Amino acid sequence: MLSGLAAESHIPVVDPAAADGVFSLAWLVIVLPLAGAAILLLGGRRTDRWGHLLGTATSLGSFAIGLAMFIALLGRDSGDRSVGRELFTWIEAGGFKVGMDLLVDPLSILFVLLITGVGSLIHIYSIGYMEHDGRRRRFFGYLNLFIAAMTMLVLAADYLGIFLGWEGVGLASYLLIGFWQHKPTAAAAAKKAFVINRVGDIGMSLAIMLIFVTFGTTAFAGVSAAASGADEATMNVIGLLLLLGACGKSAQVPLQAWLLDAMEGPTPVSALIHAATMVTAGVYLVTRSNFIFENAPIAQTTVVVVAVVTLLWGAVIGCAKDDIKKVLAGSTMSQIGYMMLGAGLGVAGYAFAIFHLITHGFFKANMFLGAGSVMHAMDDDVDMRHYGALQKAVPVTFLTFAMGYLAIIGFPGFSGFWSKDKIIEVAFTENIFVGLCALVGAGVTAFYMTRLMLMTFFTQKRWEPEVHPHESPKVMTVPLMVLAALSVLGGFLLLSNWIVDWLAPVVGHHAHEEPPLPALAMTAIVVLVVAAGVALAWFTIGRTEVPRTAPTDVNVLTRAARADLYGDAINDGLVVNPGRQLVGGLMTFDAAVIDGAVEGQAAGMGGLAGVFRKVQNGFVRSYALSVLVGALLVILALLAVNLG
Amino acid sequence: MIEFSKPTLEYDLLWPLLLVFGVACAGVLVEAFLPRARRYLVQTVLALAGTAAALGGVIYVGVNLDDHGPARGEIVAMGALAVDGPTVFLWGLLLVITLAGILLFAERRLEGGVSAFAGQAAALPGTDAEREASTKGLDHTEVFPLMMFAVGGMMLFPASNDLLTLFVGLEVLSLPLYLLSGLARRRRLLSQEAALKYFLLGAFSSGFVIYGIALVYGYAGTMDFGGINEAIANSTGSRTMLLIGIGMISVGLLFKVGAVPFQSWTPDVYQGAPTQVTAFMAAATKVAAFGAMMRLFYVAFGSERWSWAPMLWVIAVLSMVVGAVLAIAQSDIKRMLAYSSITHTGFIITGLIGARSASDLAKGELSSTQAVLFYLVTYGLMTVGAFAIVTLVRDAGGEATHLSRWTGLGKQSPLVAGVFALFLLGFAGIPLTAGFVGKWAVFASAMSAGAWPVVVIAVLTSALAAFFYIRVIVLMYFYEPIGDGPAVTLPSFMTATAIGLGAVATVVLGVVPGPVLDLAAHAGEFIR
Repeated sequence: MLSGLAAESHIPVVDPAAADGVFSLAWLVIVLPLAGAAILLLGGRRTDRWGHLLGTATSLGSFAIGLAMFIALLGRDSGDRSVGRELFTWIEAGGFKVGMDLLVDPLSILFVLLITGVGSLIHIYSIGYMEHDGRRRRFFGYLNLFIAAMTMLVLAADYLGIFLGWEGVGLASYLLIGFWQHKPTAAAAAKKAFVINRVGDIGMSLAIMLIFVTFGTTAFAGVSAAASGADEATMNVIGLLLLLGACGKSAQVPLQAWLLDAMEGPTPVSALIHAATMVTAGVYLVTRSNFIFENAPIAQTTVVVVAVVTLLWGAVIGCAKDDIKKVLAGSTMSQIGYMMLGAGLGVAGYAFAIFHLITHGFFKANMFLGAGSVMHAMDDDVDMRHYGALQKAVPVTFLTFAMGYLAIIGFPGFSGFWSKDKIIEVAFTENIFVGLCALVGAGVTAFYMTRLMLMTFFTQKRWEPEVHPHESPKVMTVPLMVLAALSVLGGFLLLSNWIVDWLAPVVGHHAHEEPPLPALAMTAIVVLVVAAGVALAWFTIGRTEVPRTAPTDVNVLTRAARADLYGDAINDGLVVNPGRQLVGGLMTFDAAVIDGAVEGQAAGMGGLAGVFRKVQNGFVRSYALSVLVGALLVILALLAVNLG
Repeated sequence: MIEFSKPTLEYDLLWPLLLVFGVACAGVLVEAFLPRARRYLVQTVLALAGTAAALGGVIYVGVNLDDHGPARGEIVAMGALAVDGPTVFLWGLLLVITLAGILLFAERRLEGGVSAFAGQAAALPGTDAEREASTKGLDHTEVFPLMMFAVGGMMLFPASNDLLTLFVGLEVLSLPLYLLSGLARRRRLLSQEAALKYFLLGAFSSGFVIYGIALVYGYAGTMDFGGINEAIANSTGSRTMLLIGIGMISVGLLFKVGAVPFQSWTPDVYQGAPTQVTAFMAAATKVAAFGAMMRLFYVAFGSERWSWAPMLWVIAVLSMVVGAVLAIAQSDIKRMLAYSSITHTGFIITGLIGARSASDLAKGELSSTQAVLFYLVTYGLMTVGAFAIVTLVRDAGGEATHLSRWTGLGKQSPLVAGVFALFLLGFAGIPLTAGFVGKWAVFASAMSAGAWPVVVIAVLTSALAAFFYIRVIVLMYFYEPIGDGPAVTLPSFMTATAIGLGAVATVVLGVVPGPVLDLAAHAGEFIR
């Protein structure tokens, strides 16, 4: 045990007690929506009539069990709030054992409540939103599948279990982004999300493999007990690999490019998966792996760097987009950057990262659903330049959206104010430069969100005469109201430091450090910066005429921001194009002319093609030659390695 | 003065192997003496019953093996064969795959009353003789004894404990397969070309093996695996000779498993051979050849681990990368599965290089033998199932193997598309399928042995490979059928059983892999 580390802050070991009472039902949280998905997807047309109701009911059922477990946990002492439920042994070979075990503790239960709670609201909203879609049943099936996978991810007591959920949410997200498959853009976006997430998954799998090799187990209990004694270099590598996984899922730079495109999915999906829950899985992973990151200083610093870059990156993109959903997507990226920042700051920040994650879950889901409601009113138009002065046409949506807006910019008293302020404060305490970046981010957030508000609900009316905006039905507005209320009141979680104490058994307790300035002064500065952002937006957009088409004579920064800061170009240059060339080059080894059929690849061959085309064309003699060359290589390699 | 002594054979351990050869010989007699009309039924029953009896025998032998510390079993037949835990495990697996293979071979409903094999293989394509054979509804029932001979060779191969038996096993398993590859009823030129290619290249690679054997014999002065190991430990003779010998024998074995750079035959042969043969061959040959490879490298060349391991590192990486990259570019389902099998060869070799001496293993840790054996079970059963499904998707010209014909299959036949998707997810190694646990086992074993660069590339390629597996699923479910779309022909219970076996294995081994992992652990190490 490293005594210095132990004195500074104690990292708790995961040591769950056996499940009893309501906790023995923990598996139902996962199985209920899973059963719902199975019935809806396999049941076929028979379930069309009541499928959406069943889907909503299973999600609500999971929420009820989650709530019961939460209340039961509240009744326990803070030391006993970690409960393990062993379901069955998944892999067992000799002494190596992976159990299908669940872990209910203060961290996972908050996620269960967020996922199933916000998830249920979004299920209800979707009943109205998807009403005229012929494949509504399938949509609910996928949503249920997502809830099952996501609860699996957060309830798993083992890295392999997390991985199972991780792949599951990836699959559900893929299916839902591409849900409107008749749109080629949707199919392309789904594919992009899939490919980029595979890159993240590589990091995840390698991390798990390395954890297994280092500790001989992949269970949190075993790893957390042995983590402090492990070699620091190994821990850094594990931490960096986990971070790569987290970047893929949480759309952090450099794996951020898929999130903006993912907005091709139906809006409830954007709200549930690409704002409130799935994209925060990376933050969950880092927080859950606190016993690794606390022993891996380089990895932890990298988390902070990635987070800061992303929070500014997303905010800049948000400033230049005209598509309402893409502004929100850029903002999601940026807000997850804040959470990652909190998680990267270590014991002092974990609780606030989770706090911001929860409040963000409320207000961002609220705003996405609000955006969906606006689109519903505007015949599915997403361009804010075609909106304007909608506050009279859709009053309920406007009011609920405004609550989300005030929360995200951090208007004093609203939920986002408490959570973001805390992260900025901790950032300043740890490092002045990081704190400044977070502060600037808050100002930019205020700017682009005010811009969105003004262009959508205020300024002059810019819709076509044939568009008749109308308020959405009750089934859609009631969830909005609930989420709006939560956006306002979410800050209560911080009352008498409740969330910090609640999470302390999982993430450790931090000795209070004095920030460079008194807390009140810090808050005042943040509020001033936010006010400056709002004012800037008011003077540049609110006071002028908004053109219906985006002006093209804009400066370099705007152009870059409109192009997602060239995220795609970077991806293409670094990964896609070299990959194509590799395939093209290797393809020449496989001209596949066994039956004389040309496979239609000839035109696509580039790179090495000219050199190798003559070598390989289905003739036995060429194959024999390749065997001979291979044999020579094998033998020469053997000789070179051993005798050289 | 040469003394001849009567060889002793331990019939109580060897009878399952001898039974398989016996059934093969009996099959030849059936061909000779029974009228054509009755051969099909007799051959099918004979092969099934013989295989089932042999499987029962293998289980009986396995239960009664003597335990000698890390390994269990005996070296038998005057040192020519080793019947130990891994041998029995592989025999059992081979016979299960054979049972599924026989069921596929015997399928007659798909072609409307005849099997998938040529009516008269000797008749030139496009001649009157061929037309006559097909109008009369003739069948080649010789496929059953041919298959049984191949199975006998496959059982001999991983059990062989000296270099000559190894070579005999290699040839006995290969020759019938060359022939079987050329017997397709449809697209006969393609099939015959595949058979010829396979034969020529196979013969070529066998040449390497026999020369390598000669060199190793020259070094060690013995053919016996144990003896070679001893000679290496005492380091007598020229190491260059030994290394070239190891290299040349490896060429032959790597050719059989289709590792890069010896893979060029794989796509052509897998595509050209009758799909039933491909299913059997892809699964069973790999099982047998990897069994033989493990015994050769672990037992005979075990002390030279640091000489051959780097070579296998390179081969593993090449196989995974080339297989996965080229699979992406395929438009024929059988070729795609062929390249995917090349990738899997790379994964299995990754497990193979996880070899460590027993003392290095922590208690209860996965050994590389165990990991590879488990992987072979998952890969073998999934492969049989996947190729069996390929036989079901047909149009007027026979099997519709072009990927464009598979679009929208999910709408036409949700069940077939669903099961195929399951196999693809298994190949891709998605959690809760057998493929995931198999990959986990081989990667973990290689990682523990310090081969982390290979594991990193393996994980990268599995991500890449997932892409083309998922692409097929997307094709089946997310697109509208083109034209009339594919038609799924309903098979008889026989093909259905083979597919069911694969599907059940994919799910069960993914959710509760424990018993089979335990069985592989129970098999223990190779006997020396």
